Amino acid sequence: MKRVFLFLPLVVALAVGIFLFAGLGKDPTKLDSALIGKPVPEFSLENLADPELTMDTSVFKGEVSLLNVWAEWCPSCWDEHEYLMHLARDKGVRIVGLNYKDQRENAFRFLNRLGNPYETIIFDPEGKLGFDLGVYGAPETYVISADGIVLHRHVGVVNEQVWQQELLPIVNEARGES
Amino acid sequence: MRVAMLLLLAAFWLAGPASAEVQEVYDFDTRAEEQRYQQLISELRCPKCQNQNIADSNAPISKDMRDQVYRMMRQGASNEEIVDDLVARFGEFVQYKPPVDKRTIVLWAFPAIAAIGGFLVVAGVLWRARRRNEQDSALSDDEKRRAERILKDQGGSSDR
Repeated sequence: MKRVFLFLPLVVALAVGIFLFAGLGKDPTKLDSALIGKPVPEFSLENLADPELTMDTSVFKGEVSLLNVWAEWCPSCWDEHEYLMHLARDKGVRIVGLNYKDQRENAFRFLNRLGNPYETIIFDPEGKLGFDLGVYGAPETYVISADGIVLHRHVGVVNEQVWQQELLPIVNEARGES
Repeated sequence: MRVAMLLLLAAFWLAGPASAEVQEVYDFDTRAEEQRYQQLISELRCPKCQNQNIADSNAPISKDMRDQVYRMMRQGASNEEIVDDLVARFGEFVQYKPPVDKRTIVLWAFPAIAAIGGFLVVAGVLWRARRRNEQDSALSDDEKRRAERILKDQGGSSDR
């Protein structure tokens, strides 16, 4: 019986090892959104192209969308833009833009140079909606269901791998349900 | 020398307001309110620069969070309401002190568990050691008499 206790340190070491190993691959800078499963926060902001047009959460109703948080000043947004163009043009993905803490002229310059993958763009110069969404680092991309529920958040650049492995399964599932 | 000292003092005096510009200045009605604000922002964690609190961080997101803390304080919100509001946006990550609930109870209870566990181990070792001593020293009356006889003999022999 006492012999069994001699194995206790080994068992403890293995348990701790497995626990720590599971945490190794995780990126601690990627946080889960606190809004998963909740509706997009209420907002009332101007459209980027048309200041007269006020936008609210109804922009997400009716179709599964990606909500892409971007700004001209954000270097990674330049990197991911080409892929967003590809998603919108070739895959027919509906992308709503959230222009975050940016200036209109800069945003237009950005779009003129790289193209516009967005169906419509919310202009959020003070980062109000960004704050309510818990945006902590552009670019961020949210999957929003057809009834305006936040399904997923990806922090960082969207590329082929992220789309195929992370976003597409969620988008497909959401499309299947609605 | 005195002139140099004066120049140095002047330099510090001029530098004071310049360095204060790094953080925005908020007005508080009372000293207690300001301390409450400082306390709150030192307990909230910046989601971008992960090992800093929002009091120390220069990230824009930290400034937004400080603004929100200040705004809510002005509106008369309690500390709990302010923290809950930020947790609702950014998740529990922003709290340095996790709340006590089902998922965190092991975390909170761990120091007590470790202390009690350690105490039990020490107590167990001591108890076993004492029991062994008692067993070893427990001689029957016969053995005691024999031992005394041997000791006496040896005492006599050493006199030779």
